[in-house]
Amino acid sequence: MDGGKPEYFNEMFDGGMVRAPYAGLDAWTRQMPPELRNLKQSEAEKLFRRIGITFAVYGEGGDPDRLIPFDMFPRVFSSAEWRKLEAGIKQRARALNAFLMDVYGRGEIVKAGRIPAHLVYRNDAFEKSVVGFKPPRGVYSHIVGIDIVRTGPEEFFVLEDNCRTPSGVSYMLENREIMMRLFPGLFRENRISPVENYPALLKRTLASVAPHKCDGDPCVVILTPGHFNSAYYEHSFLADMMGVELVEGQDLFVEGDYVWMRTTQGPRRVDVIYRRIDDAFIDPLCFRPDSMLGVPGLMNVYRSGGVTIASAPGAGVADDKAIYTFVPEMIRFYLGETPILNNVPTWQCARADECAYVLEHLGELVVKEVHGSGGYGMLVGPKSTKEQIAAFAEKIREDPSNYIAQPTLALSTCPSFVEEGVAPRHVDLRPYCLVGERIELVPGGLTRVALREGSLVVNSSQGGGVKDTWVMAE
Amino acid sequence: MLSRTAASLYWIARYMERAETVARLLEVGGRNALIPNLSGGFRNEWESILQASGTQAGFAAKYGDPVSRNIESYLFFDLDNPSSVASCITGARENGRIVRTALTSAVWDALNTGYQEMLAMRRTERSKLPLSELIDWTMRQSMILRGAIEDTQLRVDGYDFLNIGYHLERADSTARLVDVKYFVLLPQVDYVGSGLDNYQWRTILRAMSAHRAFSWAYGGEITPAKIADFLILNRKAPRSLITATEGAASHLDRLARGYGRSTEAQTKARSLVAELAEATVEDIFDEGLHEFLTRFIDEISALGGVIHEVYLSGDTR
Repeated sequence: MDGGKPEYFNEMFDGGMVRAPYAGLDAWTRQMPPELRNLKQSEAEKLFRRIGITFAVYGEGGDPDRLIPFDMFPRVFSSAEWRKLEAGIKQRARALNAFLMDVYGRGEIVKAGRIPAHLVYRNDAFEKSVVGFKPPRGVYSHIVGIDIVRTGPEEFFVLEDNCRTPSGVSYMLENREIMMRLFPGLFRENRISPVENYPALLKRTLASVAPHKCDGDPCVVILTPGHFNSAYYEHSFLADMMGVELVEGQDLFVEGDYVWMRTTQGPRRVDVIYRRIDDAFIDPLCFRPDSMLGVPGLMNVYRSGGVTIASAPGAGVADDKAIYTFVPEMIRFYLGETPILNNVPTWQCARADECAYVLEHLGELVVKEVHGSGGYGMLVGPKSTKEQIAAFAEKIREDPSNYIAQPTLALSTCPSFVEEGVAPRHVDLRPYCLVGERIELVPGGLTRVALREGSLVVNSSQGGGVKDTWVMAE
Repeated sequence: MLSRTAASLYWIARYMERAETVARLLEVGGRNALIPNLSGGFRNEWESILQASGTQAGFAAKYGDPVSRNIESYLFFDLDNPSSVASCITGARENGRIVRTALTSAVWDALNTGYQEMLAMRRTERSKLPLSELIDWTMRQSMILRGAIEDTQLRVDGYDFLNIGYHLERADSTARLVDVKYFVLLPQVDYVGSGLDNYQWRTILRAMSAHRAFSWAYGGEITPAKIADFLILNRKAPRSLITATEGAASHLDRLARGYGRSTEAQTKARSLVAELAEATVEDIFDEGLHEFLTRFIDEISALGGVIHEVYLSGDTR
């Protein structure tokens, strides 16, 4: 990559040829006059604003009702490509859950020496209070968001796993709704797999992990930190689509061996809580005593099997960036299978030799904080100045174990609508895998796109946008 | 339904109705200020408006003397004033956002659009926004929301909580609007029935969008007794105390039927309705109009307290 401009895989064009999955979109863009495009774009924006799907970036101030830019050019996978992705994603979700059951149980993978003990047991996300507890159906992470990037026709890499509360699924659903409203013709002419049953599958998944003590139809709720949270729209959207109550901590209380919600007709028992708040906040008696968001006593009920919490407290230990390196190992250890999706090669700065390599090659690597998210606190070597690199090197030397490094991947591009017309922009993909009685994956996900020319950072907090993601039916 | 959801619905309605009341009070103040102050020593008309909206202390602390322009800003735009139109519309929309899933998209749209327009008006130069336009705009927002609720909301418990909020707030606001009259005329008995008096009574009717309805219903001279009868005891008047109280009571009854359980709230609402149904204008004037209205406002607020306790607090077992 030194000096020369890297070659990026364009998902639509192979040389001058249009790749098969995109065949239906070629004529569509060619025939779309700029006026129509602008009209549709402003219509889309109006629809988004109307339904109130907005995104607030923490710490940035500004407009709390900001929209994430929506790019109308869809991102497409063939059914064969998706089959491979689907198998790989489900495999990974199974292995991650097996790992969680193991490390809160007998810890075989540690005893076998496949993962260093301190990375697991001294991890901040390791939750001692649930050691020895077996959640219903042995599932810790019920919604697994796996971030995937592509570098070639057959080359897919997992960038990171999200085992706690991956967000963004409302965009997957709303992007599709809006595309269907704006361009019904496209959906008549192309066989695009629907994603709209996601809320129903999510509800079924959550109901399937109801505690043993639950008799009858399980009462499922979504627990939100409240309407000031940046993802509140998504919480209320999912509650609405699933037909379940959206509760805050103050709506729940513990009495006897159960959790109840306060209703206008008196208390009602709750069986499954899909929580969208962090472990640290769910029970002030067990975790942070200053938390106003949680429910005092919730963990006691949980551990005595009175309620299911999804994802389970402690699930975060599996998606830590330091543990990430070992996921292929988990797949081999628990499933006896070969990993279908590869990891991005990763250097752990915690190891002296690897750290030395990273410091020598900062100019060509991407360095991330182990616990960071949202594209904050990272260094993209090839895009940084000498001064930025020097400053970052200082930070790494101060606390090496806080950083990991990966090669700068040649992320694939997908055509996107930009000022001048249509141009390739880098994309990634987050599918949402559901784990309960069964493992389900709707054919689609959230495609994020780096709308700034040349940018490789797709996070919405860093100028990224979203696209509808199509999987062609067989 | 979650108690918190019910509370938000109830407050959406109360806030919107309150915004409308403040607009109506502004209308009374604006018109009263158009006639010459014939009665040196009278209270300032605007001051009575502040008194009736319960914002006198807050205003005095911020501005001191009641100057009409300041009062307009304080009652319409000022977010420091919890009862201003801007505060109420913000509060209604915020509650709507919290319970977005309990609202139809038409209702949410009405709340959200009103709020966005309000933000735009706050950025507009004040001289380009005459008071009469602000008043009309507020009434229109309130009616659009009310229409959206009536036309699209499912007739379940949430609909009842919205309506209970509306009716309670309306009962309270009519009582306060009529009470303005008391403050304006306080020191003078001589003026009762005089030209000035009638002008002010008529302004009250106008602010209740009821001056023509009144003529149809009663005809002849406008007398304080007729107006009191119309605004307090007449079931045909949509904003009368008895209509509002009966409205709240009937939605409470619907709730009790749906839940299969009657509470103290139903009992209290029914006894209030019964009292109004038996009262005559003579009784009210004997008690003293101001005394009657003050007592009524207290009763309504006590009913609100009971509703909070049994339905909205979540403490019911």
